[in-house]
Amino acid sequence: MNLLSFFQRRRGSAPIARDRLQMLLAHERAALGQRDLVAVLREEILAVIAKHVRVDQDKVRVKMDRRNAISTLEVDIEIETGTGQTRLALAG
Amino acid sequence: MAKVLVVTSGKGGVGKTTSTAALGAALAQSGQSVVVIDFDVGLRNLDLVLGAERRVVYDLINVVQGEAKLSQALIRDKRVETLSLLAASQTRDKDALTEEGVGRIIAELREKFDWVICDSPAGIERGAALAMRFADVAVVVTNPEVSSVRDSDRIIGLLDSKTLRAENGERMEKHLLITRFDPAREMRGEMLKTEDVLEILSIPLLGVIPESEEVLRASNVGSPVTLNAPTSAPGRAYMDAAKRLKGEVVAMTVPTERRAGLFSKIFRRAA
Repeated sequence: MNLLSFFQRRRGSAPIARDRLQMLLAHERAALGQRDLVAVLREEILAVIAKHVRVDQDKVRVKMDRRNAISTLEVDIEIETGTGQTRLALAG
Repeated sequence: MAKVLVVTSGKGGVGKTTSTAALGAALAQSGQSVVVIDFDVGLRNLDLVLGAERRVVYDLINVVQGEAKLSQALIRDKRVETLSLLAASQTRDKDALTEEGVGRIIAELREKFDWVICDSPAGIERGAALAMRFADVAVVVTNPEVSSVRDSDRIIGLLDSKTLRAENGERMEKHLLITRFDPAREMRGEMLKTEDVLEILSIPLLGVIPESEEVLRASNVGSPVTLNAPTSAPGRAYMDAAKRLKGEVVAMTVPTERRAGLFSKIFRRAA
C-alpha cells in the first residue's frame, strides 16, 4: 500500500462518490430530452464512411469516455478490402 | 383541501413502501384522514407492511375496471381509524391501470381524505408514471449511495416534466427523504453526507431516517414504525417528517437510538 492510497483510505470513499455523481449528473441533465448523442453520431459517421467503402455493421465498435474537461468518442471500424482487412479508427 | 402525495425513488429497495406506511400512519395518528394506495401491481407489499394482507378483497385494478366500488375496496386500519389502504392487485397485469381510471379514483379520494398517498413501484414504467401523474407533492426517497442518488435525479426530472401539474405549468412540490442513514459512517467519510446529497439533488430536505433494526422489526410484525415504535429513532424521524409535510417547522435533527447501557443490555437478555 503506498502513501497515497493510505491517505485516500483514511479520507473515506464518500468524497469520491460525490465527485463521480456530480460529474455524471451534469452530463445526464444536459442530455435530457435530446436523442442519444452516441447513437446519432455513430449512425451519421457510419453513413459517411459507407458512401465510400463497404462497412459490416457487426464489425463496428463505438466507445465513449466522459471526463471532466474532455469527452472522447472512439469509432473503430473493420473494412473489407480486396487484399484483406484494414481497420479504420477514428477518435474525436 | 386534499393533497395527493407520491412516494417515489426510481431505484428499488430504498424504502418507499416503509416510508409510505410510516408517513401515512404518522399523518393519520395526528388526526388527518389518510388513504395510502399501492401502485405496485403484481408485486404488492404495502398491505403486508401495514398488516392488512389477509383483509384484501378488492384492489385498485378492480376499482379501475369498475368491478368494485371504491368504498368496497378501501381497507380501514384497525389501529388508527383515520388510515385506509387501497391495495394493488397481485394477479393482474399492470397494463390494466389506465390513466383515465386512476384519475377518476384519485379525484374521488380527494373528496373523502385529507391526504392521498401513492406508493410508487420502482422503475420509470407505467406504474411509476401513473403513481406520480396526479400528484401535488412528491417525496423522493433516497439512500446516501451513488445509484440511488442518480435514480432520484432522474425521477426529479420526470416529476418536473411528466406530471399533470408540470404539464399545466404549475409548481410540483418536491421533498427529499434520506433513508438508511448511518451517522457514524457519514462521520468516517464512508457514506455520502446529507449536505452532498442535498446539493446534488437540490430539493428541500423533508427528513433523515437513520438505519435501525426497528424498521425491520416493524415490517416483521406488519405495523408502521411510527405506530410500532414511535419513540425509536426512525419513529421520531418519520413523525417529524410528517409534521413538516403539514407545514410545521421542526428543527432538522437526525434522531439517534438511545444506547442501552451494559447493565440494561444484560438485564434485557436475561429477561
